[in-house]
Amino acid sequence: MLLTLLRRYLRPHVSLIAGVVAFQLVQSLASLSLPSLNANIIDNGIAKGDTRYILVTGGVMLALTLLQVAAAVAAVYFGAKAAMGFGRDVREAIFVRVGEFSEREVSRFGAPSLITRTTNDIQQVQTLVLMTCTMLVSAPMLAIGGIIMALQQDVDLAWIMFVAVPVMLVVIGLIVSRMVPLFRQMQARIDSVNRVLREQLTGIRVVRAFVRETLETDRFEKANADVTETAVSAGRLFALVFPVIMLIMNVSSVAVLWFGASAIDRGTVQIGALTAFLSYLIQILMAVMMATFMSIMIPRAAVSAERIGEVLATSTSVVLPLHPVTELRSAGVVELRDVEFAYPGAEQPVLRNLSFVARPGETTAIIGSTGAGKSTLVNLLPRLFDATGGTVLVDGVDVRELDPDLLWGRIGLVPQRAYLFSGTVASNLRYGNPQATDDELWAALETAQAKDFVQEMPDGLNAPIAQGGTNVSGGQRQRLAIARALVKKSEIYVFDDSFSALDTATDARLRRALAKTEKEATKIIVAQRVSTIIDADQILVLEDGEIVGRGTHDELLAASETYREIVDSQLRAEEAA
Amino acid sequence: MTARAPQPKESPVARPAGPPMRRGPGGGGPWGSMGMPAEKAQTFVPSAKRLVGRLRPHRAGLLAVLLLAVVSVAFGVSGPRLLGEATNVIFSGIVSSSLPAGATKEEAIAQLRSAGNNARADLVSGMTVTPGRGIDFAALRKVLGLVLAIYVLASVFSALQGFLLTAIVQKTVYTLREDIETKVNALPLSYFDRIQRGELLSRVTNDVDNIGQSMQQTLSQLVTSLLTVVGVIVMMFVISPVLALVALVTIPLTLFVTSAIAKRSQKLFVAQWKHTGALNGQVEEAYSGHALVKVFGRHREVEQQFREKNNELYAASFGAQFVSGIIMPSMMFVGNLVYVAIAVVGGLFVAGGSMTLGGVQAFIQYSRQFTQPLGQLGSMANLMQSGVASAERVFQLLDAEEQRPDPVPAQSPATATGRLEFEHVSFRYERDKPLIKDLSLVALPGQTIAIVGPTGAGKTTLVNLIMRFYEIDAGRITLDGVDIAQMTRDDLRSRMGMVLQDTWLFAGSIRDNIAYGRPSATDEEIHAAAKATYVDRFVHSLPNGYDTLLDDEGGNVSAGEKQLLTIARAFLARPSVLILDEATSSVDTRTELLVQHAMHALRQDRTSFVIAHRLSTIRDADLILVMEHGDIVEQGTHAELLSKGGAYFALYTSQFAAPVA
Repeated sequence: MLLTLLRRYLRPHVSLIAGVVAFQLVQSLASLSLPSLNANIIDNGIAKGDTRYILVTGGVMLALTLLQVAAAVAAVYFGAKAAMGFGRDVREAIFVRVGEFSEREVSRFGAPSLITRTTNDIQQVQTLVLMTCTMLVSAPMLAIGGIIMALQQDVDLAWIMFVAVPVMLVVIGLIVSRMVPLFRQMQARIDSVNRVLREQLTGIRVVRAFVRETLETDRFEKANADVTETAVSAGRLFALVFPVIMLIMNVSSVAVLWFGASAIDRGTVQIGALTAFLSYLIQILMAVMMATFMSIMIPRAAVSAERIGEVLATSTSVVLPLHPVTELRSAGVVELRDVEFAYPGAEQPVLRNLSFVARPGETTAIIGSTGAGKSTLVNLLPRLFDATGGTVLVDGVDVRELDPDLLWGRIGLVPQRAYLFSGTVASNLRYGNPQATDDELWAALETAQAKDFVQEMPDGLNAPIAQGGTNVSGGQRQRLAIARALVKKSEIYVFDDSFSALDTATDARLRRALAKTEKEATKIIVAQRVSTIIDADQILVLEDGEIVGRGTHDELLAASETYREIVDSQLRAEEAA
Repeated sequence: MTARAPQPKESPVARPAGPPMRRGPGGGGPWGSMGMPAEKAQTFVPSAKRLVGRLRPHRAGLLAVLLLAVVSVAFGVSGPRLLGEATNVIFSGIVSSSLPAGATKEEAIAQLRSAGNNARADLVSGMTVTPGRGIDFAALRKVLGLVLAIYVLASVFSALQGFLLTAIVQKTVYTLREDIETKVNALPLSYFDRIQRGELLSRVTNDVDNIGQSMQQTLSQLVTSLLTVVGVIVMMFVISPVLALVALVTIPLTLFVTSAIAKRSQKLFVAQWKHTGALNGQVEEAYSGHALVKVFGRHREVEQQFREKNNELYAASFGAQFVSGIIMPSMMFVGNLVYVAIAVVGGLFVAGGSMTLGGVQAFIQYSRQFTQPLGQLGSMANLMQSGVASAERVFQLLDAEEQRPDPVPAQSPATATGRLEFEHVSFRYERDKPLIKDLSLVALPGQTIAIVGPTGAGKTTLVNLIMRFYEIDAGRITLDGVDIAQMTRDDLRSRMGMVLQDTWLFAGSIRDNIAYGRPSATDEEIHAAAKATYVDRFVHSLPNGYDTLLDDEGGNVSAGEKQLLTIARAFLARPSVLILDEATSSVDTRTELLVQHAMHALRQDRTSFVIAHRLSTIRDADLILVMEHGDIVEQGTHAELLSKGGAYFALYTSQFAAPVA
């Protein structure tokens, strides 16, 4: 998956990658030639006392150094450009794909998970690309080049290299393989410290009310001790790394001098060549070490790539029509015919055999216990899901044939979770109708029973709203969400349990106002409270995905057992009558 | 923003710049550049002092760390010089063997000069030679044996130092977390109203973590880097003062280059971080409001906005990565420059006989060892900044004002009948906004007191005062005749039972969650409580019964069932006064019926305060208090209040008879 992702999204940047490879090669070659030039200085300059040679070779080394830094900077330039371009492209691909998703796919992944995939996971892979371009690419070049150069010195000590390199590989490999699970455990234990504390903070009233501070402290202490234990193990392993690497390098250089000395004594090797060999050996060991350490990143990036790939491989279940219907004649008739909805792989459909008509000027209410499928049902209208059986019609046209903009323009939705965007009260209200005037906003606020509190806000319509609407209360959020839908001026309004956070008096006033200002509209209300829907023209009682009763409040009281149970649990018989 | 990753080195004793990664690469790892730009502490010196003060209990250990560091650095630094000795032994062996055997050094030099080979003569004059003899292997063995021993010891000491330091730092971090936990328990609830939960959590995890990391790295590297720099300078001057001066040019050059780049990249990183934040925020909003974006027809604008922000981020992060990526090549360049300079100048010196070849070699190694700790010292400044900034935030939490200590000696009611009285109580959350003014009421043992009123009327506040989550400003509240301010909080609260609207359960089994009410309860008592509160019925339908684990937010039981669990918990606690917040807006109506029954069972024979949302449930309350703006505007029984036709009547009719036109 990692490879596929890299291949696909690095392809547009292939010329940059070529640049990286070319310049890294130049850089590596330059850096590899320095020790052998130094060897020449020793053997041909110093040993022979040739000062001119020393100066000339020194000049060449200087030029090479300049070349090296220029090539290295160029490689970083191309590398950063390629890596960041890669990240940008993948981010865009994923964002566009998620935008196409229906609520079914969104809920399958979960919004938080999609967010992480778009941000952290991409960052993770992007970092790998960057590190590879700037550092990792040069490691094999340095290692292989180093080996060739070292062998060229012809000092008969190649065996030291063939011992030291595997030792380095094995030792670092061992440390890394132990470190990876430790870091994973560390993360898990940090998470559990986090969890214990989060529980304490969210439940602080309960903890104090039940006088369980000591119990909580004990739980925290345990989590704390656990995380400390792992941190110490990881830290100790870490403390080993550099001493061990140093030891391998230093022992190698002592060995080179010792065994090299006898070769020199026999006259088969020159001292400069020995020095160069030593330099190459160290260069190779460094490259091996770096490559091994960087390889830790690969499994992590691979997991991220997997998660990104999953999103990119998922296509939306709500397919847009090829030849959409772009005109509608009547204004707001909603009809469901034998609608069924099932999640893929689920045994039981969530909705079955649903048929009803909601007409302009009427209020259609849907009541039922949680899990009865009420929200799923209303989400079928704006095609947040598509029905798996039967048809959903708006003004006589199957919603799957309709131009989505036309469909969405027709429906004013107030979702169950009243979500507000960061901005101001006004920017939120204008979300569906950017041209709305202030007067229109105030009118909608008045209907939604939100005028008073918006007026009381220091900046009125321009009062800031935090992301998600967390800076206003739940009831205020709901009313603003209702007003937002009203500003859009639609033929069909869908209120998905949108009155739950309102007290009953406000709820009643809101419905009264709504009946007045949106007289012509088709209103579909999902509710828990009987009082909310008592005056609906048509009440549908939903149970286990089926309509078990329909009619007005009075009709249902007489005919529907389930409805009576619901009413009984909320109102005493005499008030309900 | 110096990259802390190891770089290719030619010197055998190069000390790579500290741990390249603390949490594995990528996770803010070797590329310090991917992380957030270092934050500045507001009061650096006092916070840093206080942080260092927390290490005081480990003085002995730190001293040992310091000693180990000194020894290991001393050994490490002496290595190249000894290796240079070995090179000298070899080189002089070569030169000696080329000279006629039996002659003295002076004779050999004279011979060379007379042969017109002045350069060679100069070289030999600077060396210890025994003409005619080859390499002195006995001497070489001695030197290399010593080097080997010194390197092994340097590594061992350095590992020991790391071991010891890890233990000290982690212990310090452990106590820091412990102190935070203790503090959380000592803070008044009002503190938690002011601070965001995420903010507090991040102090315990991210900040404490960051403190640990920066302490570990700075403590180990600061000492070694400083010692190495000093040691290396000394060695260089010993070998050749002239070359040493050449090498010292590196210091200003390195500092200049790194600080020039760092200054630029710092700005670019801030920009990168800003754009990352902006983009992530947009992604979060677009995904959280996914359905709305569609239905409100905004997908095109949202995509367009995303593209713009994405391109901005691309430009910013390219700039940041490029500029910070230049640091490493530049440092390498400076290093290589010095390398060439030393190779040339040293070569000339050796040829001239004023220096040995081994000396030059050792010198090259020293110059390599020297640039690196310098760069490290620079990046450490950043690390320390961010560590101290984190410490500052943690200290702010630790310094927050605690709740008033329990009175000593505390009083305790002799009886536990549950008579609760408010006498002229006044309270305000914010100084200039009085909420409850001169409130008096009596709850007799066994009575049920219902509190009704619109949101914000002060219903929950009343509960907070009874539980002493907040301290009243005037008047007093008594339980069975004793002022609750004169009781210990634990005593008071263990006499109270509370069921709140937001059901808090912890990750653990259902049994443990019920037992939370009274940890000493037997299994039979737990089951009895569960039966009485309708928990038993649904627990039996769960595959693991009472051992079913509730996950983080109790996701595998419904909202109504969670509420039942909290009722069972309160039931088990056998309190003399009960506080029930009845809201069940998220519960479907039939589970709600069960909840009502369970609450009723719980209220039996106890003084109960019920915050009622649905008026039908409190009609048989002994006393109904109607609250508005912190005042009790009406009180009486259901029948009395209805006949009065006041606020209660208005509330009641709006709930039940709400006519819709």
